Amino acid sequence: MVGAMEIYMLLPKTNCKKCGLPTCMAFAVGLLGREKKIDECTPLIEEKKYEAKLKKLREVIAPLENASETGLIIHPEKCFGCGNCVVACPVNVAADPTHCGVGLGPESDKVILKVEDGVVVSNNLQECRRFGPNKILCNACTATCPSKAIEFV
Amino acid sequence: MATCTGCSLLCEDIEAELSGGKLSKVKNLCRKGHGHFQSAFSERTVPMIDGKKVDLDQAIARAAEILRSAKSPLLFGWSNSTLEAQNVGISLAEKLDATIDDTSSFCQGILMERILSGSIPTCTLDDVRNYADVSIFWGADPSSSHPRHLSRFSYYPRGDKRQKSYEEERTCMVVDVRMSATATLCKDYLFRVPPGGDAEFIEAILSVLEGKIPRLGDKKKMIELGGLLKKAEWGAIFPGLGMIYSLQDNMEVFERLIARLNEITTFKVIPMAGHFNMRGFNELLREKTGYINRVSFEGGAASHGPENSVVAAAKTCDAALVIGSDPLSSLPFGTARALARLPLIAIDPRRSLTTDAAGVVIPAAISGLEAGGTAVRMDGVKIKFEPIIKADLPADEQILSRIMEAI
Repeated sequence: MVGAMEIYMLLPKTNCKKCGLPTCMAFAVGLLGREKKIDECTPLIEEKKYEAKLKKLREVIAPLENASETGLIIHPEKCFGCGNCVVACPVNVAADPTHCGVGLGPESDKVILKVEDGVVVSNNLQECRRFGPNKILCNACTATCPSKAIEFV
Repeated sequence: MATCTGCSLLCEDIEAELSGGKLSKVKNLCRKGHGHFQSAFSERTVPMIDGKKVDLDQAIARAAEILRSAKSPLLFGWSNSTLEAQNVGISLAEKLDATIDDTSSFCQGILMERILSGSIPTCTLDDVRNYADVSIFWGADPSSSHPRHLSRFSYYPRGDKRQKSYEEERTCMVVDVRMSATATLCKDYLFRVPPGGDAEFIEAILSVLEGKIPRLGDKKKMIELGGLLKKAEWGAIFPGLGMIYSLQDNMEVFERLIARLNEITTFKVIPMAGHFNMRGFNELLREKTGYINRVSFEGGAASHGPENSVVAAAKTCDAALVIGSDPLSSLPFGTARALARLPLIAIDPRRSLTTDAAGVVIPAAISGLEAGGTAVRMDGVKIKFEPIIKADLPADEQILSRIMEAI
C-alpha cells in the first residue's frame, strides 16, 4: 500500500499553498486520507514539467479509489476465505456472539465482515470502529489475515 | 445448512442458495471448500470402458468381472468416501480376499495408529476451542490446507474457558521449515527447523524441559519455547505431513515428548488429516481387523504389513480399484506406472489422471453435495450430512454394493 512519503515525492514540493494547505506534505496526507483530490494541486495539473509526476501519481492513487468509507480495501484474489477476520472483528463478535464469537459463520445481518462464495465481503461499514471522524485505529481484521487480502488506506 | 467435504474439518455451517440446480451463493464456505463445491460443475466423469462411453450398468458389470477374475486385487482410496461406502468396501475386500489400503498409508497413518490405540493422548477440536491456551502447528500450514482451522477452533474463537481468546489468552506457535501463511500470523513464535530436523528439534525441547541448555538451534529461543510449554495450562499440537515425513519411523521421539509434556501439564495431539474421511476409514478398519490400513484378506484372515501398502501392492497385485483418489498424480512414478499398467477401475466424480488411465470409469455423486452419509472429522467426531443438490448419479456406497452383488 502507498504511503504519504511516496505521494509527497510525486508532488511539486514547493509549498505554494494553492491547495489551501500549508505544505505539500500536508496535501500528501490529505490525498492519502481521501480528503483532497489531485486536481486541487493546480501547479501539478497546469505546469508541463510535472507531467510525468502527475501520471505516476494518478497510478499510485488509483487503488485508493476502490477503498470504502473506512479505508478498507479487500483483494478478493488473495483471500483464502478462512474467516479469521470474521471471527476476530470485535464488532462482528458483539453483533453475533453465539456464532461469530465461537468461530461459526455469522447469522446476524449486523456484522461487518462475512465470507461469501469463498471470499470475504464487507457490509454495514458505518458500524466499523474506523468509521467517521472519531475513529479508533482498530486492525483486528488486517492483523489476522494470513494472505494480506485486507488492507486499510 | 450444508456440510463441506473439502477437508477434514467438515464445516457444518455452510448456507447454500440454489438456482436452476447450480449453486448461486454460498455463505461461510472457505476458498478451498468453494473450489470443491464448484468443481461439481466441470470435468465430471462419465461411465467408460477402455475410453469408450457406455452406460452405468455395463461399467459396473465390467468392473465386477475384472475383480472376480483377479487373484489378488487391490482396493485403494477410501479417504474421500463416506463411512457407509467404506463399510461396503471393507466387506468387498473380505469377499474378494483382496488387499485394502487408503491414503493414510503414505499420509498420517503412522501417527493415527498411535492416536487410535491411545498411546498418544487426543481430544476433540471443541475441547481445543474451549480450553486450549497453546496451539502448535507442526509441519502444517492450516491457512492453506484447512483454512477455517484457526478461526473455528484453534486460535481466534472464544471458548468456555478462553473468553479473551487470541487477544490475551491464546498463543499460536508454528514449527515449520519456511515462513508459511499461518506463520505470518504468529511471527514471534515461528520455530524454523531444517528439513528432516524435527527429531533433533524434539531432543532440544526435551533437554530444555529438563533444565539443560540445548545443543542445537537458537539457544535463547529454545529456552523461551521451553518456558512457554511449561507455563501452558492446556496445549494442543497439530502435526502435519511435514513432521510425519521428517520423523518417519522415529515416531517414538514424539511420543516421548508428549509423555514428558503431560508430566508437566496437559498436552493433546490431533493429526491434521487431509481428506475428509481418512480418520473414518482408519477407525472402521481398526474396529474390524485391528489395523488402521495396509490390510490383506488373502487366505481369509486379515494380515497387516508394509507389503500391503499401496506402494508395494501396486507392483504385486493383478487388478486395482481406486475410489475417490488420484494415486497416479500423487504417488511416485514407479508406483503410478505399475498401477497404470494394471486393469484399473476408477470410481470418481471428477476427471483425474487416474480416471484417464483407467480401463473402467464409474462416475459417482459427490459426498456432501449430491450424496449424504456419515464422516469422521479429523478429531474423531462423527458428522452426518444430507445432500443439497439432487443428482441422478449413484453414491459410492450404491456403486460398491452393486459391484458386490455382481461378483
